[in-house]
Amino acid sequence: MNLTVNGERRTFEPLPHLAALVSALGLDGRKVAIERNLEIVPRSAYLKTALADGDQIEIVHFIGGG
Amino acid sequence: MDGSTQAAEDTWTVAGRTFTSRLIVGTGKYKTYAENAAAAEAAGAEIVTVALRRVNLSDPSQPMLVDYVKPDRFTFLPNTAGCFTGEEAVRTLRLAREAGGWDLVKLEVLSNTKHLLPDMEETLRALKLLIADGFQVMVYCSDDPVYALKLEEAGAAAIMPAAAPIGSGRGIQNFLNLGLIIEQAKVPVLVDAGVGTASDAVLAMEAGCDAVLMNTAIAGAKDPIRMAVAMKHAVIAGREAFLAGRMAKKSYADPSSPMVGLI
Repeated sequence: MNLTVNGERRTFEPLPHLAALVSALGLDGRKVAIERNLEIVPRSAYLKTALADGDQIEIVHFIGGG
Repeated sequence: MDGSTQAAEDTWTVAGRTFTSRLIVGTGKYKTYAENAAAAEAAGAEIVTVALRRVNLSDPSQPMLVDYVKPDRFTFLPNTAGCFTGEEAVRTLRLAREAGGWDLVKLEVLSNTKHLLPDMEETLRALKLLIADGFQVMVYCSDDPVYALKLEEAGAAAIMPAAAPIGSGRGIQNFLNLGLIIEQAKVPVLVDAGVGTASDAVLAMEAGCDAVLMNTAIAGAKDPIRMAVAMKHAVIAGREAFLAGRMAKKSYADPSSPMVGLI
């Protein structure tokens, strides 16, 4: 399936839900926040959030800043 | 008099949370996250500002801020650095709330990449959007008492005027305006941005600020850890001097040793 993740178009094996994308990317879901098509997905909903071809996903985390 | 000099602990409260340290430090511009964490500890900070950015997908094993500057040790104050519109700021802080699970945030809406001074019209608009969304908002603002009052009336949790442009290290440029902002405010006032060295922090606290927020003054020092210690003492010294009440300035000398009984 094709997803745009952080502005980058990428192809994945079919992913059942958002939690599968997080682990496919090698990320720790406890340290990030995610938007799917501009809507925030609560961390508790990663397992029940289905992904569709063409979804726009933003994955962010805290970095140093003033 | 019972001879006790023990005063009640000097704390300050923002959005219902009470803190002892009056020094908030940023987490940007350090060589490493380890140095960053050491500086925050040396500063005695209880609150640190953090930014929100896309994760690096090409190398997910890169060190992460939260592994060094730990959210269970410091209160994270997510910022909206790099946002130029209210919508960008709101989107960023909604994500920050999801990433960290708290509602105390720092709003900054910038106008221009050269001086990074706030766009106050857009800042006020963004503040209202955030408050409607349940956030407690500490607001980076210009040193304009008129806008500072508008922010407070709109429900800002703290007013945070820039002493000078972000990262410029030039110290407080307008003591008159800062004094007016402090005098009228019923919420905490913090100098945010522009502090360059310890004396700037002392002056901010002597002027009556509730706290000081800085990043580059520490991260950009030759020895950041040592400067963090200096800033800790500076903020305490300035606060104590403010509470003590300075002596009156006089035009002529007034001898410290008695003039009677001279040989």
